[in-house]
Amino acid sequence: MSSAIVCKDLVVQRGTNVILKELSLTIESGQILGLLGPSGSGKTTLMRSIAGLQKIKSGEISVLGMKPGVAVLREKIAYSTQSASVYSDLTCEENLKYFASLFSRNEKTVDEILEEVDLNVVRNQVASSLSGGELSRLALATTLVGSPEILILDEPTVGLDPVLRIQLWELFNKLAAQGKTMLVSSHVMAEAEYCHGLALMRSGQILAHGTSAQLRAQTGKEKMEDVFVALVKGP
Amino acid sequence: MKLSRLMSMTRRVLQQLKHDPRTMALLVLSPSLLMTILKYVYYSKPEVFQHVAGSMLGVFPMLVMFLITSVATLRERTSGTLERLMISPLTKMEFILGYAIAFGVASLIQATLVSSYAIWVLGLKIAGSQSALIFVAILDALIGLSIGLAVSTFAKTEFQAIQFMPAILLPQLLLSGLLVPRESMPRILSDLSNVLPLSYAIDATRKVIMGQGSIAHDCLVIGLSLLLILAAGSLTLKRQTK
Repeated sequence: MSSAIVCKDLVVQRGTNVILKELSLTIESGQILGLLGPSGSGKTTLMRSIAGLQKIKSGEISVLGMKPGVAVLREKIAYSTQSASVYSDLTCEENLKYFASLFSRNEKTVDEILEEVDLNVVRNQVASSLSGGELSRLALATTLVGSPEILILDEPTVGLDPVLRIQLWELFNKLAAQGKTMLVSSHVMAEAEYCHGLALMRSGQILAHGTSAQLRAQTGKEKMEDVFVALVKGP
Repeated sequence: MKLSRLMSMTRRVLQQLKHDPRTMALLVLSPSLLMTILKYVYYSKPEVFQHVAGSMLGVFPMLVMFLITSVATLRERTSGTLERLMISPLTKMEFILGYAIAFGVASLIQATLVSSYAIWVLGLKIAGSQSALIFVAILDALIGLSIGLAVSTFAKTEFQAIQFMPAILLPQLLLSGLLVPRESMPRILSDLSNVLPLSYAIDATRKVIMGQGSIAHDCLVIGLSLLLILAAGSLTLKRQTK
């Protein structure tokens, strides 16, 4: 199995504030890595660095063997921010068609994606009239166009009802089975169950990285919340 | 640059305008309203109306497109959509040209309407051709657009973006020869006036109205400053943040 994303000794500094402190992380292709941690731990900065949006101070990032942000890579990567970055004055369908048109390859049609995220009913509504859950699904949908090989999703399930959340995680697993690599952040520890691998993050560093079973065995705790606390406190 | 991406960029901006009929109506109709007021303010002095109305045809498009562009690009920046575009295959050139074409279409409609209204309804006499007038108006609109794009990077909120209008456009307006002929200004001001694009915009519109002299030189200056400001504007579109 090859590594899709490799970060080595990554340092990101904003002003005098060091956000990422020599962080190293590897994500295998076709894997869903859940990035868990409290807000302010640097999850978003890490994701932005991998997406190619963040200047890094030192260290290395390689995405599919390339430097983040290079033109070839921009055809293959999708990043969805925490707040839904869509055009609030356009309809769902217009948003999707626009984002789809930017990419040269689209495996799925706009109709299929609308179906997948369950937005067919509101396809002609402008984004500003959508509910919070619908809006985050629209943002997710706009990352699915263009057949990305790497999906970076910042808190995609925030504000969704449990049924929908499970549906979305099933969708993520389906995408991973098709060979897509996903980095998904969350502060809901329970969502760890759906990921192939987990990285627990705190103050700019990776506390632990492994499968949920490994982390449980390591700490001897059952609930993810307790696992996290045990890792923070140390042995 | 890819034509299909440029076209969808343009289509998207036009769709956004279409979803905002109130802005469209204000954009297209308010210059005609202002022209009407001008006409009756100078009712006893029709020659002043001739003079001022002509200049206003050059001022409206620049003012309006400056405002629209600075707010529109600021919105792209704050909503995170610009960031998404910056990591998509869309190029900066396609982004800027997309806006330029879409807003160019809007200013074509605006200029056609206001100049027709001024000529046919308000009795503005033009010696040159109306299409030359519209052509100059579109160039003016694009100047406004490019300045708007460039300054939007210095604004963090929409309030600030709007405040750039008095700070950046009004000095140009005062120095443009609209109020007093540029030749009668103190040397330093007339020199300053000579390097500001709005001065040439107003000169060109006046020349068309009076039918005196060629506008080729003015249009060349406007075109070159347009390229210069657009280049500066494109530098403000950063793919990476610190």
